[in-house]
Amino acid sequence: MRRSTRDQDQDAARIRRRLAVAGALCLIAVAGLMAQMVRLQVVHHDHYATLSLENRIEVNAIPPSRGRIYDRNGTVLAENRPSYQLLATPERIPDLEATLDRVAGLIELTEAQRERFRARVEEARHFEAITLRTQLDEQEVAKLAVHRHRLPGLEVDARLVRHYPHGKTASHPLGHVGRMTAEELRHLDRGAYRGTRYIGKSGVEGAYEAALHGEPGMARVETNAAGRVLQTLERRPPRSGDDLTLTLDLELQEVAERALGDRSGAVIALRPDNGAVLAMASRPRYDPNMFVEGMSRERFQALEAGGWQPLINRAIRGTYPPASTIKPFVGLAALEHDVIEPGSEVYCNGEYAIDGREEPFRCWREGGHGHTDYTEAMAQSCNVFFYDTADRLGIDRMSAFLEPFGFGAATGIELDGERSGILPSRAWKRRNLGGSWYRGETLINGIGLGYFSATPLQLARATATLANRGRVIEPNLVREGDAGARARPTAAGGEADGAGIELDEPDDWETTIRAMRAAVEHPQGTARLIGQDLPYKLAGKTGTAQLAEIEHQAEAQEAAERLRSHALFLGFAPVADPEIVVVVVVEHAEGGGGAAAAPAARAVTDAWLLDDHSFLEQLEAGRIDDSEVEDVEQGPRGGTP
Amino acid sequence: MSTTALPNDRGVEVRLSFLQSRLHLDGLLLTALLAVTAFGVAVLYSAFGEDWAQTQQHLIRVSIGFLALLLCAQVPPRTLQRWAPWAFAGGLGLLLLVEALGLVAQGAQSWLDLGVTQFQPSEIMKLALPLMVAWLLADQELPPRPRQVLLALGIIGAPAALIALQPDLGTAVLVTASGLFVLFLAGLGWRWILGGLALAGATAPLLWFFVMRDYQRERVLTFLHPESEPLGAGYHLIQSKIALGSGGLFGKGWLNGSQAHLEFIPERHTDFVLAVVGEEFGLIGIAQLLAAYLLIVGRGLYIAAVAQDNFGRLLAGGIALTFFAYVLINAGMVSGLLPVVGLPLPLVSYGGSSLVTIMVGFGMLMAIHTHRRLWS
Repeated sequence: MRRSTRDQDQDAARIRRRLAVAGALCLIAVAGLMAQMVRLQVVHHDHYATLSLENRIEVNAIPPSRGRIYDRNGTVLAENRPSYQLLATPERIPDLEATLDRVAGLIELTEAQRERFRARVEEARHFEAITLRTQLDEQEVAKLAVHRHRLPGLEVDARLVRHYPHGKTASHPLGHVGRMTAEELRHLDRGAYRGTRYIGKSGVEGAYEAALHGEPGMARVETNAAGRVLQTLERRPPRSGDDLTLTLDLELQEVAERALGDRSGAVIALRPDNGAVLAMASRPRYDPNMFVEGMSRERFQALEAGGWQPLINRAIRGTYPPASTIKPFVGLAALEHDVIEPGSEVYCNGEYAIDGREEPFRCWREGGHGHTDYTEAMAQSCNVFFYDTADRLGIDRMSAFLEPFGFGAATGIELDGERSGILPSRAWKRRNLGGSWYRGETLINGIGLGYFSATPLQLARATATLANRGRVIEPNLVREGDAGARARPTAAGGEADGAGIELDEPDDWETTIRAMRAAVEHPQGTARLIGQDLPYKLAGKTGTAQLAEIEHQAEAQEAAERLRSHALFLGFAPVADPEIVVVVVVEHAEGGGGAAAAPAARAVTDAWLLDDHSFLEQLEAGRIDDSEVEDVEQGPRGGTP
Repeated sequence: MSTTALPNDRGVEVRLSFLQSRLHLDGLLLTALLAVTAFGVAVLYSAFGEDWAQTQQHLIRVSIGFLALLLCAQVPPRTLQRWAPWAFAGGLGLLLLVEALGLVAQGAQSWLDLGVTQFQPSEIMKLALPLMVAWLLADQELPPRPRQVLLALGIIGAPAALIALQPDLGTAVLVTASGLFVLFLAGLGWRWILGGLALAGATAPLLWFFVMRDYQRERVLTFLHPESEPLGAGYHLIQSKIALGSGGLFGKGWLNGSQAHLEFIPERHTDFVLAVVGEEFGLIGIAQLLAAYLLIVGRGLYIAAVAQDNFGRLLAGGIALTFFAYVLINAGMVSGLLPVVGLPLPLVSYGGSSLVTIMVGFGMLMAIHTHRRLWS
């Protein structure tokens, strides 16, 4: 119902009157507010300014102490040590340069340290305490305490810092902590990291950061005008981080690292029954304590120099062609699919020709191995036998059989940055390179070269499956049942543990393992160097991954180090009831898998099974004579398709 | 600038600028809003301890707010009037839902989890209630008759009670005020107003003993005697006053407030952000900010005065006054004139949904102003 225009006009006038009243009330209210503001900010300004200057109550975060890390026997691998540092709050220092001069008169303070301090002041937030000197010794702390009245705005801060008592040993699986970067700060829960300056960067330290870190506490403290704490009014203690126990055995880890010597490479030792990693060595090493003390530019450059990338954990991040170490798995596939029989023989004349290719594929031994059966082919690593086997097996059956051994998939170990290697297949090639699969590629990949690649840890997992006669395990580094242990989703999936590979003919396991024993025990076996006086039964396989075409031995000696082949060895012992699986990779080795990698593996198995270090000592003294092992079993000469 | 001339209800020309006729925006109001939000971003950057990432979060929310304003400005007031009852009914339904979920979860509950985002149904009420009361009174004879007044009081009381139960006292006060403002503008008799004030005074003790929760009582006590508990409930107020007072006439300068940066001021980026303003920009800064708020409110009241129908007048006036109440309650709380009730400072505080609500309100104001047309 429309009301008359006259009524509308009356309404408008009425509402406007009320609007005017409301407007006036608003003005009065703002005037009242301003009066209060004037009272606070002008009349009582001096009072509040003094209160602000002497604001006595501060809330400080108490950083939690980081969880310790132990090896399987309870030996401490990472702990916390008290350390004193000098902090300065520039806003509270009347004359910064003069104060710095005064500090330099008391304790050591280099120009470089002052420079770094000034740079940090530029980047820091207002009223933030900035580190001026780290690692003060007791004497310096005492001197500063005596002169503290002359040093307003400076405070000595005692805090726990990370310490790795064994230095370079186990640096890769352990990882290290380092100063938080601005980027990391952005992704962290700021509340949980108040007062914390270090964060796990790599290894277990990085992967288990959440468990190791703990929760900060807080303290409400009364301070004087210079920010010095007079008394604590209220305190909520921090919750320390969880301790972690690793599956590593520090002693075996040391043996593994020493066995590699100065060469770069990796060693993995694990228990085949439960996948517990006993040693995870990677060379070159670094000292994780460097990152705690603060890394100077020179030290970092020294670390980077040479391009050997000591920070990379080669055991999980190095991908290498498995080369001949793939032969036990390919042989097993061929036995399973009845492509070969344990007694099948192939005549090796040093060459293997296929239709459509002028240049034949070659065996590493010129002139060939003659009549060779499965055991001899494995022991002497005959390429022609395995060319023939792979050719008749075909790529599809080969890759399908190798997949459950874990090739081409990360193991899911509790570390970040693990790589998954490549298991070649028709589908893989189509997806990644395009194009169809060639027959020649089957041959090359059948001896572990071509597109094939795997990390040492993947090789160890596959070897453990072999040692277990089909039972698949998940490698693990953090002992289960620990408070800090967390379930990590694994690439292999939770079903991998306990799952198994069933063969139609279970005897094929023993046939292959016997052939691997022959590699160690046979007088012509490629790993015969470590077979002498071996008090237990060891099954193994050598591999040499040729990186570049090297025609003559003489030239190989002179070839640039980086063009030399990688030497590999995988094995397990004792054969009947395996207790340890070992994988060794030596990058750019002098000599092949039998000469360069196998001795390191025996040093590890001797130490674990017999607690005997004599082989290691001989190896370190250079008394293992590898001149007898003439083979540098190479891949096919004549180029790869 | 092109202008469109229209005769207004008295036959006088209504001049609309290009901004007004095409984008349905009001230049003066928009400028003032932009100025205050920009100032707010600068203050928050300091309050966040110079954390750019968090400041960016705020910038995103401000942008969403202005987008909401732009969209709402396109909706003609007649459409708003048609939707008013539905908006109110929907808001009330959501409040009941939240209350029911709260009973299930056995605790304070004011959030509705939408999966993608959470929002508080009480935010809807801040606008739905003045819409509803304006809808109720717009086509009636003014001043409203007692029956209408009682009906309006019922409409105001229901959502306010539900919000107070959550318990969110600050928002409950604000929602109640938004409804009462419309009633006041409609010409509610002074006898009603005085009588209501007397009744409120009489029921205050009842509220104190039977309705208010412990922490709410504590806040009132703290307001009366802040120094009695310097480390407990009085801490907020003492530190806030120190921050304001130590700022003085000209302030300590942007990024230089020790109270703010040493984290003495609690809730310094939300409810107590005005203390950071006072510390770093001084009395001058506070005065300028309040002047900007007054300009915004004044423009809102002007828009209400020149609106073409009762619905537009009542709604525009109600929105402008609610905004003012927001500022007054927050500033009063920070400066120690009012008890701490937990309301953000509009357009400056960090906090997503209330910023969007405020911007939607200003979108409605602009719609009322720019959809004026020839009187039929």
